[in-house]
Amino acid sequence: MTETLVPFDEVLEKYDPAMGLEVHVELNTNTKMFCGCPATFGGEPNSQVCPTCLGLPGSMPVVNAKAVESAIRIGLALNGKIAEWCRFARKNYFYPDMPKNFQTSQYDEPIVYDGYLDVEVEGETYRVEIERAHMEEDTGKTTHIGGATGRIHGADYSLVDYNRAGIPLIEIVTRPILGAGAKAPQVAKAYVAALREILLGLGVSDVRMDQGSMRCDVNLSLAPKGSGTLGTRTETKNVNSLRSVERAVRFEMSRHAGILDAGEAIFQETRHFHEDTGTTSAGRAKSDADDYRYFPEPDLVPVAPSREWVEELRASLPERTADKRARLQVEWGYSELEMRDVWAAGALSLIEATVAEGASAQTARKWWMAELSRSANDRGVELAELGVTPVQVAEVQKLVDAKTLTDKLARQVFEGLLAGEGTVSEIIDARGLAVVSDDGALGAAVDEAIASQPAVAEKIRGGNQAAAGALIGAVMKATGGKADAKRVRELILEKLA
Amino acid sequence: MPEITRDEVAHLADLARIDLSDAELDHLAPQLQVILESVASIQGLAGDDVPATSHPLPMTNVFREDVVTPSLTPEQALSGAPSVEEQRFAVPRILGDEQ
Amino acid sequence: MSDLILKSAAELADSLAAGETTSVELTQVHLDRIAAVDGDVHAFLHIDAEGALSQAAASDARRANGDALHALDGVPIAVKDVLTTIGLPTTCGSKMLEGWVPPYDATVVKKIKDAGLPILGKTNMDEFAMGSSTEHSAYGPTRNPWKLDRIPGGSGGGSAAAVAAYEAPLALGTDTGGSIRQPGAVTGTVGVKPTYGSVSRYGLVALANSLDQVGPVTRTVLDSALLHELIGGHDPLDSTSTTTPVTGLVDAARAGATGDLKGLKVGVIKELAGEGWAPDVMRKFNESVDLLTKLGADVVEVSTPSFEHAMAAYYLILPAECSSNLAKFDAMRYGLRVTPDGSPSAEDVMKASRDAGFGDEVKRRIILGTYALSSGYYDAYYGQAQKIRTLIIEDFKEAFEQVDVLVSPTSPSTAFPLGAKLDDPLAMYMQDLATIPANLAGTPGISIPAGVSDVDGLPVGVQLLAPVLEDARLYRVGAALEGAIGPVLSIDKLEVAR
Ligand SMILES: [Mg+2]
Ligand SMILES: [Zn+2]
Repeated sequence: MTETLVPFDEVLEKYDPAMGLEVHVELNTNTKMFCGCPATFGGEPNSQVCPTCLGLPGSMPVVNAKAVESAIRIGLALNGKIAEWCRFARKNYFYPDMPKNFQTSQYDEPIVYDGYLDVEVEGETYRVEIERAHMEEDTGKTTHIGGATGRIHGADYSLVDYNRAGIPLIEIVTRPILGAGAKAPQVAKAYVAALREILLGLGVSDVRMDQGSMRCDVNLSLAPKGSGTLGTRTETKNVNSLRSVERAVRFEMSRHAGILDAGEAIFQETRHFHEDTGTTSAGRAKSDADDYRYFPEPDLVPVAPSREWVEELRASLPERTADKRARLQVEWGYSELEMRDVWAAGALSLIEATVAEGASAQTARKWWMAELSRSANDRGVELAELGVTPVQVAEVQKLVDAKTLTDKLARQVFEGLLAGEGTVSEIIDARGLAVVSDDGALGAAVDEAIASQPAVAEKIRGGNQAAAGALIGAVMKATGGKADAKRVRELILEKLA
Repeated sequence: MPEITRDEVAHLADLARIDLSDAELDHLAPQLQVILESVASIQGLAGDDVPATSHPLPMTNVFREDVVTPSLTPEQALSGAPSVEEQRFAVPRILGDEQ
Repeated sequence: MSDLILKSAAELADSLAAGETTSVELTQVHLDRIAAVDGDVHAFLHIDAEGALSQAAASDARRANGDALHALDGVPIAVKDVLTTIGLPTTCGSKMLEGWVPPYDATVVKKIKDAGLPILGKTNMDEFAMGSSTEHSAYGPTRNPWKLDRIPGGSGGGSAAAVAAYEAPLALGTDTGGSIRQPGAVTGTVGVKPTYGSVSRYGLVALANSLDQVGPVTRTVLDSALLHELIGGHDPLDSTSTTTPVTGLVDAARAGATGDLKGLKVGVIKELAGEGWAPDVMRKFNESVDLLTKLGADVVEVSTPSFEHAMAAYYLILPAECSSNLAKFDAMRYGLRVTPDGSPSAEDVMKASRDAGFGDEVKRRIILGTYALSSGYYDAYYGQAQKIRTLIIEDFKEAFEQVDVLVSPTSPSTAFPLGAKLDDPLAMYMQDLATIPANLAGTPGISIPAGVSDVDGLPVGVQLLAPVLEDARLYRVGAALEGAIGPVLSIDKLEVAR
């Protein structure tokens, strides 16, 4: 098999890409999809399991009403139709992380169908059509023991914790996304980002890609340019950051083109994405072993959401993202460009939350878009996954407003937060970052500066206030940068008046 | 008449994760053929106008409130396990990928 | 042998209430009986003498205390080994689950424990309830106490044989295609398949989820009514559980015992008689029909043409569902693990364990079900079978527009010799010809002893069927017919020692 990569720009000279995105979202319900076990993370292994989610003989599932409600709300927010009648089915295949060796999922009768999401890339809007969103359950978590890499391949054996088994998932599947051309990687990323924003707004999931509560599979195929056909696709599994979504599409486009250019055929298979290199490698071939033998789950009865319920949920939906974006732009007084950058960086909700905590829209934007965006970029993570919260940003800004911190010191606080040094106040204490605002201490430093630079002092006395800068610099140096420069200036001018 | 060959039985056994011996395959294939012939009579019997019944009693919307109920203890959960390590189920090496 | 074991559960309950006996005594005499005859009958897979006696002592203490008691408090019971029991092995008659002790109780087990019925033990069955003879148990067959070289029916042969051999006054069974009723018929006992969903399936190791139902196995119609009311009712842990209260069954049985069926319309199912039915069975059956007329019922013949296809539909739906249900037995979390030589993968271990752990009949049905669900065959087989199911439901509906209850023989023949049909799966499947339609449609059914065959002296059963949720009708008509037929089972007719 050819593994020549065609440079991205050249791919588009000969091929049209088609993408399909399958996103799995773990709901943040209290309990699992089909039993009353906690759906929270972090429990001791196999401490959050019962006969049902452990697949013990004789156990039976009962549907979590809240999960159905979340599915419907997601469907409505994605402009989808809500099935009047739908069922769960069994997807039969053997795998040790799946207690029953079938996944209770929805097959040809999903609860949500025919939705769409408009996403924006560089000011241009793309409509991503959503084929379906359906309810299913998560699998257990496997740890591979032995072997060189700790990965599944080459391991001696594996250990399974079923705490995650049965946590409700919503799988959201797009129709083939066509016509994005060179922007395909960005459209893919923008779609997942927009989806995440909506899910955050609905409050139905933590949507942490880094923690696996949102997972993305990227289907990609190339067809000869202008042919209007669909080529053979590959499915890259578990692409778990926005940046990786973009990179995975880009890489697969280059790889497919290399194979097609060599006159070879694309092999329908799943691919693994490697975060470190941004490449994919071959996984499982699609085969007749993929005969999942779906049939309606006989232990569950159909779900037939009443239209009243659906309308009630529709009425309770949060503001649509587009409306919200327009409203906030006005409220915050951002320019069109500023707002677009905020949106593209995935900072809208973060800034909104920061403002809600008392920071001004301008300062919130400053911290998130300048300081923190840079850190996120350096680390190759999303802003939301950086580990700094809106509450902390607002807290820091409050201290700046109170003149307890300068902007420069504030930056050091963020450094401390990113380094995991503790809370804002712990970092200020530990690093000794508080502004020296005590006039006594400052006064001594000012006196010293005046004494050491008599010529400068004389100029100021003579009415040359601009000369104060040299003395201010000396005071700042003496206080380790912790003095409020404005106050220092006032003191100098007072003393030399 | 439907035909279920020995090869097909072997494939089905593979799908169903049963390691049938040659002798078992020889024995099973003709038996399945007989059973299949006897049930094949229903093919085409009911047309498109007849709905399928998957559940004998027509019920819908049976839900549970999203309220936590007690789980098993890890000891109970693992009590039947053939092999346990670090409070987890120890299973032999896994060849295929996750799905 | 104590004469106490000859009493019905209702009589035992009366004796307990009258202070003539204690639960400990009752439990002990049944344990003694088990010790005396179960070596021959092999109705039990596990006997829990200690547990039963301590439950019995607790019952006696409650009674001494004057606590409020369930009518059957203190009356011992046997439980089919397909229902989960905390601390008691649950094997489903399979090597796959040898030694498995569930950490939870089936809802019906919890109900009988809460009501104070001491559990004597777990009864034998065809592996995972697949069979009509209990010969497919991995732990050896149960024998019919009437004649030890005969099958006790199946899959619940253990429960039926235990009750027939007076080892237990009551037992729980499960019925997916006749597994309560057909053993009842061939052992001269009463067996009831309640309306689908009216008794919780939680903790019943599923064979075919859309067909399975737990029900009583007893020696009298009244006893079945008592046990049925106890185990019935809504269970929030079973999504297919009906919400209609399960009441009025005991009253119906008592009313029926007066023997008056005036105004009742009975339909004889044309398709469940005649060819394929043993003449001695048909003679007994016709006597029962005559008795119904004598009791005042208006008997007519009704036709249910789709029943002809019930067997085919059943043998597609059941294997399909069970092939999926039994996938969980993969040697990873519980049950038998067979590790082949070398460095086997999880898949190798699954395959080897499932080959070693499952018997022939189970493998046959798993393969058949895998086939029926495969893409390309689904519509022709599974999909079609579900449509036949619709037609059968419609047939029932039409029939019940004409009559109040339907009647047929329960089983086409009396108990056949052990081994006679083991190598002929189809012949074995024919045993359930008359019982299967009720499972496909969810309707309730009862089998009561119609007498003994004039050929081999073995019991024959008569089946009554009622509309969904009209289980009470079965008890009224069943009790009336039971009274008219008179006692069929008696300890003197059995081949096991008195
Ligand atoms: Mg899925
Ligand atoms: Zn659970």
